[in-house]
Amino acid sequence: MTAVRWLAALPFLGILVGTAFVNQVEPLVFGMPFVLAWIVGWVVIGAAAMAIIYALDPARVLAEGEADGERQ
Amino acid sequence: MNAALVIIGLATLGALALGLAARRGVRMTLEQWTVGGRGFGGLLVFLLTAGEIYTTFTFLGGSGWAYGRGAPTYYILAYGSLAYVISYWLLPPIWRYAKRERLLSQPHFFSRKYDSPWLGVLVAAVGVVALVPYLVLQFQGLGIIVSVASYGAISPTLAIWIGAATVTIYVMISGMHGVAWNAAVKDALILAVVIFLGTYLPLHYYGGFSEMFRAIDAAKPGFLAFKPTGQSVLWFQSTVLLTALGFFMWPHAFSAILTSKREQSFRRNAALLPLYQLILLFAFFCGFAAIMQVPGLTGAQADQALLRLSIQSFDPWFVGVIGAAGVMTALVPGSIILISAATLLANDVLRPLQPELSDSAVGLTARALVPLIALLAVYFTLNNPPTLVQLLLMGYAFVTQLFPALLCSLLPRNPMTKSGAAAGIIVGVVVVAFVTETKIGFADMLPFLPARVGDINVGFAALILNAVAALLVSLATRPAPAAAASPSS
Repeated sequence: MTAVRWLAALPFLGILVGTAFVNQVEPLVFGMPFVLAWIVGWVVIGAAAMAIIYALDPARVLAEGEADGERQ
Repeated sequence: MNAALVIIGLATLGALALGLAARRGVRMTLEQWTVGGRGFGGLLVFLLTAGEIYTTFTFLGGSGWAYGRGAPTYYILAYGSLAYVISYWLLPPIWRYAKRERLLSQPHFFSRKYDSPWLGVLVAAVGVVALVPYLVLQFQGLGIIVSVASYGAISPTLAIWIGAATVTIYVMISGMHGVAWNAAVKDALILAVVIFLGTYLPLHYYGGFSEMFRAIDAAKPGFLAFKPTGQSVLWFQSTVLLTALGFFMWPHAFSAILTSKREQSFRRNAALLPLYQLILLFAFFCGFAAIMQVPGLTGAQADQALLRLSIQSFDPWFVGVIGAAGVMTALVPGSIILISAATLLANDVLRPLQPELSDSAVGLTARALVPLIALLAVYFTLNNPPTLVQLLLMGYAFVTQLFPALLCSLLPRNPMTKSGAAAGIIVGVVVVAFVTETKIGFADMLPFLPARVGDINVGFAALILNAVAALLVSLATRPAPAAAASPSS
């Protein structure tokens, strides 16, 4: 699990660091300027990373148990 | 009276009716009014935390920036995505603490964590100062939407008054409950409209997305990538980081967190919201499509790009549907902001000063403050403010100054003292206010500051000074034993 958490760093690297190296219009990707498509790509990768982290997170199971056990 | 106006009018009445109906069966205590009794399920929390994404800011401001500035608008897509990654770890501990301590607001959180009511008052003041431009933004967007979509039949001024009155009424009566269902309607409507427009307009006018971007690139070389100076890559990086950190520092975002019934909602939403946010791309496409079709909108007029192109392309009834979606994107966030600002003033400024006040007195005060705050925002809106995105960035620069103190308060051993937290926030806010003020004078003479460092977002520079000040003051005010134990470090 601890190792999987590092996936969350990917969108930060891609968007905050990577954008500096791809600041160009051509080639168009899916009809979009390259730098825009780059950012879109990292948004999708970021969402996938969070889905994986969520699926493997022990805190999720814990919280679910808590919610079932606790009646307000 | 045209078809567009009828549809916009019906949508406004519908929002009012839905807002008022939401009150049924709820005893309106302050906790119910401001955080919906902490009883909202995953879907409503999703819509409320996503409310930030689909406001007039993204609908008009995002397309307006695509039209007027080009590449800088890409930042809007990037920051939310990073903010949601952070939210996975940031929101559950905030929610747990707030639930255990029965907190109603963000300043409440700070004053409890740092054991200092005055820090709470300071945080509330920062929150209100940042919320006002955000509310002005919603009202300004509302004025643009209604006046343009009604083909000029209703003036922006009248539209702003009607919109402000509608929000004030249902917020005073139903509070957060009134917002929740309108948020659902708003999102459904805006998604359908934006996806349709963002696909139809490029295909209709250019024959495809590639064709559209090639045409823009040929007509305005460099427009679709970041500039070497001014709004450069450096500006993009600092702005994205600043706004990603500030995303959940908004007092109303805090309220949205507190409405949740369980913490697990935040973790699941962290994976879903970035994808939901991608639909913003279609708003950009509308703005880009407008460049060659409705040229000549300059300055703040750029915010009208999407609507002007729509009028040129569609029948009045469909312009009415677009206008109705637009009205909802202003009313829903506008009402959340009003609830937050009123709660801040009543619960976090007034209550510490008058501790003997009962809960119901504070609740009544909060509701009584709603029309006053709305009036203040109307006043600023009518007095010629800057473009939508500029307003939002200013608010962001203010609220993000709360981030260092919040983050430290969640650590197992908080390295920051209450004096340190206060010093950091004050330094950050003063720097932002000072630079914003002097830059307004500059911008009149020089549209772009020449210095490379000038590209860095003001709020980001202030954030660094904020952290340094907080650290130094914390070291100075740290209890003596810790310092005596390790004199060398």
